[in-house]
Amino acid sequence: MTTTQPPMTDAGSADDEPRSPAGNPIGFGRMLRKEDARFLRGQGHYVDDVALPGMLHGAVLRSPFAHARVVSIDTSGADAYPGVRAVITGKILETLNLAWMPTLSGDVTAVLATDKVRFQGQEVAFVVAESEYIARDALELIDVQYDPLPAIVDAKRALDPQAPVIRDDLEGRTDNHIYDWEAGDAAACDEAFAKADVVVSEDIIYPRVHPAPMETCGSVANMDKVTGKLTVWTTTQAPHAHRTVYALVAGLPEHKIQIISPDIGGGFGNKVGIYPGYVLSIVGSIITGAPVKWMEDRSENLMSTSFARDYHMHGEIAATREGKILALRVNVLADHGAFNGVAQPTKFPAGFFHIFTGSYDYPAAHCKVTAVYTNKALGGVAYACSFRITEAAYFVERMVDCLAFELQMDPAELRMKNLLRPEQFPYTTPTGWVYDSGNYPRALQEAMRIAGYEELRKEQADRRSAASRPDADPSAPLMGIGLSFFTEGVGAGPRKHMDILGLGMADGCELRVHPTGKAQLRLSVQTQGQGHETTFAQIVSHIIGIPPEDIEVLHGDTDNTPFGLGTYGSRSTPVSGAAAAVAAQRIKEKARVVAAAALECSVDDLEWEHGRWFVKGDPEKGKTMAEIAMAAHSSLELPAGVEGHLDASVVYDPPNLTYPFGAYICVVDVDPQTGVVKVRRFIAVDDCGPRINPMIVEGQIHGGLADGIGMALMEVMAFDTEGNHLGGSFMDYLLPTSMECPSWELGMTVTPSPHHPIGVKGVGESATVGSPAAVVNAILDALQIRQADMPFTPAMTWRALQGRAMRPDLAIE
Amino acid sequence: MQVPAPFDYERANTVEEAIALLDRGGGSARLVAGGHSLLPMMKLRLARPETLVDINALTDLDYIRVEGNEIAIGATTRHHAVLDSAVLAEHYRIFAEAERVIADPLVRNRGTVGGSMCQADPAEDLSAVFSALRAVAVIRSGSGTRSVPVRGFHVGPYETVVGDAEILVEVRVPIRSGTGSAYEKVERRAGDYAVAAVGAFVQLDAAGAVADVGIGLTAVGAEHFTCEEAEVSLRGTPPSEEAIARAAATCAERCNPRADQRGPVDYKRHLVGVLVRRALTRSTASASREVG
Amino acid sequence: MEISVRVNGSHTEADVEPRLLLVHYLRETLGLTGTHWGCDTSNCGACTVLLDGVPVKSCTVLAVMAEGHDVTTVEGLAKGDALDPVQRGFMEEHGLQCGFCTPGMMLTARALLNGNADPDEKSIREAISGNLCRCTGYENIVRAVRWAVEHSAADETEEAAV
Repeated sequence: MTTTQPPMTDAGSADDEPRSPAGNPIGFGRMLRKEDARFLRGQGHYVDDVALPGMLHGAVLRSPFAHARVVSIDTSGADAYPGVRAVITGKILETLNLAWMPTLSGDVTAVLATDKVRFQGQEVAFVVAESEYIARDALELIDVQYDPLPAIVDAKRALDPQAPVIRDDLEGRTDNHIYDWEAGDAAACDEAFAKADVVVSEDIIYPRVHPAPMETCGSVANMDKVTGKLTVWTTTQAPHAHRTVYALVAGLPEHKIQIISPDIGGGFGNKVGIYPGYVLSIVGSIITGAPVKWMEDRSENLMSTSFARDYHMHGEIAATREGKILALRVNVLADHGAFNGVAQPTKFPAGFFHIFTGSYDYPAAHCKVTAVYTNKALGGVAYACSFRITEAAYFVERMVDCLAFELQMDPAELRMKNLLRPEQFPYTTPTGWVYDSGNYPRALQEAMRIAGYEELRKEQADRRSAASRPDADPSAPLMGIGLSFFTEGVGAGPRKHMDILGLGMADGCELRVHPTGKAQLRLSVQTQGQGHETTFAQIVSHIIGIPPEDIEVLHGDTDNTPFGLGTYGSRSTPVSGAAAAVAAQRIKEKARVVAAAALECSVDDLEWEHGRWFVKGDPEKGKTMAEIAMAAHSSLELPAGVEGHLDASVVYDPPNLTYPFGAYICVVDVDPQTGVVKVRRFIAVDDCGPRINPMIVEGQIHGGLADGIGMALMEVMAFDTEGNHLGGSFMDYLLPTSMECPSWELGMTVTPSPHHPIGVKGVGESATVGSPAAVVNAILDALQIRQADMPFTPAMTWRALQGRAMRPDLAIE
Repeated sequence: MQVPAPFDYERANTVEEAIALLDRGGGSARLVAGGHSLLPMMKLRLARPETLVDINALTDLDYIRVEGNEIAIGATTRHHAVLDSAVLAEHYRIFAEAERVIADPLVRNRGTVGGSMCQADPAEDLSAVFSALRAVAVIRSGSGTRSVPVRGFHVGPYETVVGDAEILVEVRVPIRSGTGSAYEKVERRAGDYAVAAVGAFVQLDAAGAVADVGIGLTAVGAEHFTCEEAEVSLRGTPPSEEAIARAAATCAERCNPRADQRGPVDYKRHLVGVLVRRALTRSTASASREVG
Repeated sequence: MEISVRVNGSHTEADVEPRLLLVHYLRETLGLTGTHWGCDTSNCGACTVLLDGVPVKSCTVLAVMAEGHDVTTVEGLAKGDALDPVQRGFMEEHGLQCGFCTPGMMLTARALLNGNADPDEKSIREAISGNLCRCTGYENIVRAVRWAVEHSAADETEEAAV
């Protein structure tokens, strides 16, 4: 996975770009968003806004039990309820061979339960009715008889010999084990640990959390019986992948399926997979002959759609007593829920977790991931995890702090001692990643400068000595300072290594310049708020020099866009952005040929200035892109072998991932008597290479930092011993508000990616990856204890301070 | 979205109409004002009244005024009005301090004092506030008006003494000179219910001893949202750190918190102790400024 | 039952079930889909509208309760082509990403500024604490409201540049 091509264009400074008549940078720079025009007026078009003539509404009946045999389902009450048009059960789906469907991980999952229910909230029946209100009424009239079974919700018990077998639908299954996966060198680790001065062992849980975008998931399916075309408006981050999967699973001809992803109210990895509700809306439309809308409610979203994380990690770090890291190893117990439905490249069942070696220079590492089934919803890869890099980064940054604790060394000093140096890039990690570029010490220094690190440590020291005096105020807050340094790997990925369900992760892009010099760019990726309609126009603008307001970005409709695997894992800019840059570059080169024909000179006589090819030494003699576009569509004679028009179509196969990175510092004050944590400051220095639109990049970072506050302080999905989901609404699954978030302090460094056509790296998930550890490290620093798990609610914090830390994933007793 | 089951709907324009409609409903009719306790439960189908009697038009129950040596708060007064009330701020800061941490600003624009009291959620902050202040609930029915001390208003979780054909019309709070009051709440996040919360008032006499004191305990299973034993221990004594600490310990021992995802029992008890100390200390300090 | 509600200054009327939520009256009956919804428990604030100028969660108000009252939705913020300073502030300061919480957020901000022409950051954060956002981390929303504060008097009558 080494890199060879240099970037095609100079990354350039944002301030260099000339301005268009509308005042926008013709290329990179701060530019207000084109998509805002409709959102600000309430004219966004989300799935629940879709209204078709004769449209019906679906609702799902869900299991109250985490584990139970389905004895019988009596739908007669619902069938007879006025306004109900169809009631679908697992038995009916069985006749269509649709009761089960494949997951993105080679397993199968139930669309509607047939033999058993395997998590609380699992889909059991589907009602289609004339209104949502009637559908909800009818749900209550379906009588299901269950025979409850013992439930497994503690991953640590899933492999107990007497644990009930959850997946008895799979032939030959005798336990709840899914897979073991390893990376790194166990023997090298054994050697390093044996020689180390210091070994620190720790158990760290990254609890189950949920992306919880503000818009829930849903679909409107319309099977037109006359044309045989199925159109599905749906909340998907990957419309083309959905289309292909529906074709494979339901046996529908792929050219007759149109998936439309309209405006999406946040994705964060929640909207990658295919949920039973989507399939049911399609079946409902086929059965009734009418369009069927299914929009899940919030508790359905939290209880049944893709959760994130749930990694139970046992880590060990080895070092010299001077603080040089020698090795890092970890055993992970991964709770996948009742079905293995994670979305990540096929060859990597634990995603990119093996990037857990982090940003440091040491030779030996090893990880083993054991995945198990439990009686919970399926998922695991979601919530801006970059395919488990959130877990990896949290793990290594916590372990480094545990080492600092043991050595009684300042955590910034310890990191600085071990960070990779710029001259070591491209750097191959002990588990085989090739980091493309980075100046890590500079980023950490910049974060420390913005934070005023020395002053903060002095303030902390002063407060600690005041607290140790006999007349000290027992309610005086404990101050904590926490760091996190992360390396991300984004932009999956090279198709020979990375596919999902056999579909290679290369993405297409089509750029068309019209006769009057305006352009349309068609993308395979799908924005859910990241601003693609603006930033991708800016990429093209940067290369061919026409104003971004003259470039329309189209995405989301599979009939009108090229194939690709969609937006997640921060891959849009690294992959699709590269495709757009390559397409624009081809247009620029083709324009040169057309200009030469129009100017009756050789292509070698031409020079480029932004948006215009002109004759060297005779600048008056030139053609703008608009003139070239018209010429390309005219009767102008072109050289042999050169086709007319001004279009380019590209499929970009990235040679490697790109590696954004960052240094974060968090300052907290903890009330020792109540355990209440207040985040005083958060400093984030990010390096994602050149910034296409700094305003949008900062917005992405702000959002991810809030995720860190959420996970560190309040977000968790816990379960009681009966398998009841204790975070099934926004009353219990708490998202951070404006009150818990500080005013973010951002800094930046810029290290271009050597292999990306415009040097950019992607940034969408960086802050979510890096921030939780910064907050948690700060809290533990305040408490002066080595380890406790998040979320640090007041109760959890107080108990940790008492030396009786609680597990976050189980019911509090 | 989850939506309520069907129900009949009536609008009451006077208190008498409301009572008549409740009477007609025979126990299956419920009053709705702000609706921010009842409607969520109806959407989840945990509550299924056959008839809703909408009393949002009873604007003549929307008031906060001094009547003699009491402050009268009408039952349809919205939470935001309690928060912003100059009258209440003058006499009892506990109201503004509690309201600021009740739900969120949008909910406070609709929720009412009467609705919250009659919902009788064990974590209702106003229940503890009124209990601390030893307020009196005024209830009207077809046969007249009766007054019930707030400390006898709650029968159990989500249950009050208000009968099927009765309506809470007002809560009356005694005015006390030389008083300071405070509310202390710990929550997992802005807008959440309390993990535990404490409200208190302290009235000092001319010698600086506690003439009167009231303690309200939220979300910890305290009977009638208070701890009378702790109050008794403070009356007539100087409000020293030790006396306050003893009262706090008594509150912590006597309350009955349950473990849930907001916290285990030992933490909640501990929290009661801490918050009682803080509420009493701040109340005493502001009472001193009043008296001094 | 028959209800009539003034929405964005216009008279509307319909025959509705008592249980119809105001958010559904706006979205489904009137086709004003700018008001969104995001939860079942009155927590998220995506459904915020102004009821007689006061911001409320329309998922927790029955349509029948709005009978005879004034409702303002996001569609009623602009005056013709002229965006409200709050809308312009959200644009200028990148106060929105996916746009889903935005209508509710802007209406809460609009009501705040109607009552307080110069709120500080703390007041703004308190005012929007009932509106959840998963995209922006709130920073730019606060800046957007401050932009509106600073551009309200002079620019009220300017046409939108959008």
